[in-house]
Amino acid sequence: MNTAARTLPPKRVITTKPRFSDKVFRAVVTSGGFSSLVILGLISIFLLINGLNTFKSEGFKFITGFEWYGPQLDAGLPAQYGIGAMLYGTIVIGLIALFFGFPIAVGAALFLSYYAPEWLKKPMVLVVDVMAAIPSIVFGLWGYFILMPHAEYWAKLIHKYLGFIPIFDMPAPAFSRSPFIAGLVLAIMILPIITSISREIFAQTPLDRIQAAYALGATKWSMIKSVVFPYGRGGVIGGAMLGLGRAIGETVAVYTVLNIVYDINIEVLLSAGGSVASMIVNKFGEASPEEVKALMAAGFVLFLVTLFINFLADLIINRTARKG
Amino acid sequence: MSATVAQPIKPWRVNFKQAWPEIAGAIFAVVLTYAIVSATPLKGKLGFFVTLIFVATIVAAGISWLRRDRKAAFNSVSTVLVYIAGLFVIVPLASILYEIVRRGIAGLSWGMFTTDMAVTASDAPLSEGGILHAVVGSLYVVLIATIVSVPIGLLTSLYLTEIKGKAASTIRFFVQAMSGIPSIVAGLFIYAIWMIALGNQYSAFTGAMALAILMIPTVARTSEEVLKLVPGDLREAGLALGGTQWRTVAMIILPAAQSGLITSVILGIARVAGETAPLLLTMGGADALNLNPFSGYSSAIPFYVWKNFSMGTELSIQRAWSGVLVLMIIVLIFFSITRLLSNKKGRF
Repeated sequence: MNTAARTLPPKRVITTKPRFSDKVFRAVVTSGGFSSLVILGLISIFLLINGLNTFKSEGFKFITGFEWYGPQLDAGLPAQYGIGAMLYGTIVIGLIALFFGFPIAVGAALFLSYYAPEWLKKPMVLVVDVMAAIPSIVFGLWGYFILMPHAEYWAKLIHKYLGFIPIFDMPAPAFSRSPFIAGLVLAIMILPIITSISREIFAQTPLDRIQAAYALGATKWSMIKSVVFPYGRGGVIGGAMLGLGRAIGETVAVYTVLNIVYDINIEVLLSAGGSVASMIVNKFGEASPEEVKALMAAGFVLFLVTLFINFLADLIINRTARKG
Repeated sequence: MSATVAQPIKPWRVNFKQAWPEIAGAIFAVVLTYAIVSATPLKGKLGFFVTLIFVATIVAAGISWLRRDRKAAFNSVSTVLVYIAGLFVIVPLASILYEIVRRGIAGLSWGMFTTDMAVTASDAPLSEGGILHAVVGSLYVVLIATIVSVPIGLLTSLYLTEIKGKAASTIRFFVQAMSGIPSIVAGLFIYAIWMIALGNQYSAFTGAMALAILMIPTVARTSEEVLKLVPGDLREAGLALGGTQWRTVAMIILPAAQSGLITSVILGIARVAGETAPLLLTMGGADALNLNPFSGYSSAIPFYVWKNFSMGTELSIQRAWSGVLVLMIIVLIFFSITRLLSNKKGRF
């Protein structure tokens, strides 16, 4: 009988110290995670550096000025770079897009959430998703060739019957390529995002409240008015702001449809408008190196504006979603 | 004596007695609209539909008010309006798809996929020239953008779901904000950093970098959603078996989320495949086939569409529509793949 002492295996070391592989993993993933911050930082730094000269020489006039031309040597005039008219135009077409797009999008979200028959829901959601996937140049071509003839006719009608309101007045009979038409195209482009966000928010409305409203004898509309809207208000507003951000940053579709003119026109049906994003593409092709820098400055302003709008929208949506 | 079998009734079913006022109202609205349109100078289908909207709203409100009360009238009006809003979503899409096919089909031929536009004038007949250079360019651009952006997007989503560091909520916020930056800004940025600061030239690679910036947030956000769906049990099981976090993520979590992650990549591709604005600043826009993605002017399908549209001759616009048709087919193929993948599995 062998009574040799049993050899115990060495004691297992239990430790919370991360292994080498984990350290590498965490470092790689963390640095990857911060890359989006880095990219955003780089975007603002590089656009700012390139635009700095323009900001310096133009000062506040860059935001408020209406003129955009390089140095005119024969006339002895220095370069003038101002995006005031374009900023105004951007806001105008953004608001037109919201004016038409927002009610339709919220209505469509209500339709999907509470009115549509079961068999129609899936195809309708598909329609909205496909619309979100259509490239902007396709919207541009469609807007130019198909929507424009119709929209011109609508614009004429509006002018005929509402022409006494200053914004529908027409100094010249040029109805094509107006901010109105660009706004209509943008309205269709921002439909999907507002619809899908509103629908998501509406879906979070507490079911017991809905049933309670019905049990008290509410009609469908009274239920929506007293339960769904109060719960979803923030989210819907946030969705609208995301749509606005999209509309402000849209370049190609607007450029295709809109006639860009360096002037502030209060008449929205007139064939003259502006958009910062489209102006960049418009001027970029034949810009001198110095003008490119000015365009970078314009891009920086556009970047800040859209970033701000998106921040605000996300903040509102997140708060609503948490509450719901 | 025959036993009467109780028929199950469905009290919630709308029967004819309840429905006839609505049906009569709908018919009345159509007839009234027709009468108004033929009596007044309103013309065409558009006039008919606009009048129909107003008439239908008023008739529905009137019937409900007569039968019940004011609240019911509001309900009817809102119902009609909501249905119209639903219709307004379908009509533009139907029109877009119909017009793309109708106008694009004429210029479509197999020959267009085998030649480029190097020796073809803008007003040459459609049988000459093609989009080979644009297809190859798009392929390069999308491929490079995918290679660059997928690792970054995936790492971001892993940071948000697996490491959950202190900065996670901040980064989530910034990724969301990044997905909203205008595409033209991405183009300007790449122009500033890659061409002005680093002195490179127009190329497919430059365009791909701009697209990668737009693709990262899409990939990161959708991957995060997918990784969130992986049950926590799997993570704990992996760790309990003695796996390190790296092994758990690499061998359990990523395989579990595989199809969803593929979906997120394809969604990112669908997002950038049709982008035009950043490419206008970064690719130069060649008419000839350029097989080298790292140097020389090159083109992409959206750029081809843009260029031909800008020329403005009848035949070049025809070419633009054919390009749009090809582009839409590609985008819709990617879109359908994501649908099939996310329907098949990816739900835990």
